[in-house]
Amino acid sequence: MTLLQARGIVKSYGPTPALRGVTVELAEGEILAVTGPSGCGKSTLLHCLSGILRPDAGEVLYGGQRLGTRSEADRSRLRRTDFGVLFQFGQLVAELTAAENVALPLLLAGKGRREARTAALNWLERLEVADVADSRPGEMSGGQQQRCAAARALVTEPKVLFADEPTGALDALAGERLLGHLTRVAQEQRTSVVLVTHEASVAAYADREITLRDGASDPTGLGAYVPAGGRP
Amino acid sequence: MSTAAHVLLALLAAGPQHGYDLKKAHDQRFPKTRPIAFGQVYGTLGRLERDGLVEKRGQSREGGPDRTEFALTDAGREKLRAWLEEIETPAPYVTSTLLAKVVVALLVNGVEQARGYLAEQRRAHTARLRELTAVKTDPESSLGDVIAADFAIAHLDADLRWLHTTLDRVADLHREVHP
Repeated sequence: MTLLQARGIVKSYGPTPALRGVTVELAEGEILAVTGPSGCGKSTLLHCLSGILRPDAGEVLYGGQRLGTRSEADRSRLRRTDFGVLFQFGQLVAELTAAENVALPLLLAGKGRREARTAALNWLERLEVADVADSRPGEMSGGQQQRCAAARALVTEPKVLFADEPTGALDALAGERLLGHLTRVAQEQRTSVVLVTHEASVAAYADREITLRDGASDPTGLGAYVPAGGRP
Repeated sequence: MSTAAHVLLALLAAGPQHGYDLKKAHDQRFPKTRPIAFGQVYGTLGRLERDGLVEKRGQSREGGPDRTEFALTDAGREKLRAWLEEIETPAPYVTSTLLAKVVVALLVNGVEQARGYLAEQRRAHTARLRELTAVKTDPESSLGDVIAADFAIAHLDADLRWLHTTLDRVADLHREVHP
């Protein structure tokens, strides 16, 4: 079943077009990789899909409903309850412990402290970082920090996880561990994942892949080459 | 038929040539591989002629030994086309054949047509990459399975990076020539 859908998304930053009519669908429980060279519009597409950015044209539908027609407050609530976001690095609050970081979204959503902490510990356990629950980010390895950030993105049990180059700052094995966890969670919770990456070996964890080139989807997957007579 | 035989066919696609010129052209196109021996060139041409893929085109004796020119036949052209259309099984050791094919595809077809071949090859590589990645995430896989998958993934990943870089590089050259 289609959970999230984008139709003909156009987005520019000033005179610079970032997306030029991208259409994409995401099924429930599906992991979709969005690949392509730097500057092809991958992150902009992720931001449009997650409702952080409003497209200039085209529409994004979540559960069959247009995101664009919802109020800003409504979209922000959706981002808190139904969407989780994981970036390359630097998402954790340095002054808080791992458990406090992971509990944060639940506390902000009005859950009690005890309930939030229990859920946080449970997610740290699932991502195999329970041993650093009481450590601060500065005391953890990059891989541990990123798995804590993943726990924090997943603690609200979102329907869709948006991951933008989540392994970009990790070594191969730490990256592999994180991706192993994300694919397992996607299967167990039926969480859909949008995985933005420029690496073929990371995209290989996905069920399906779309490649962007110059802000449009490229069915050949080959990326940057522009044929003679095309746009330079 | 060997990769070298197909490369000779590809070199003849540009027009008839002598064995000596074929050897030089081969060594120029693949500077980092082992130079092809004269004996191998003539032996291969003999077999290609026997199979009707090339034919003799007249001789010249400009003060030197006999120099026989060879030309590609229609059957030879067909054979070359079929070889280029056949996707290599993605495996750790295809690299040198893959290199030969990409060079030949660019040589015979030019970059825009070669893209079709490259796109299919990329698809085969990414599909294999996905299969191997599934081996790594399968809790039933043994350490040996995972290590073997890592090995193959690293090679496929390197092939893919190289494929993309080649396309970008060719596009850059193309832009310099046709700004």
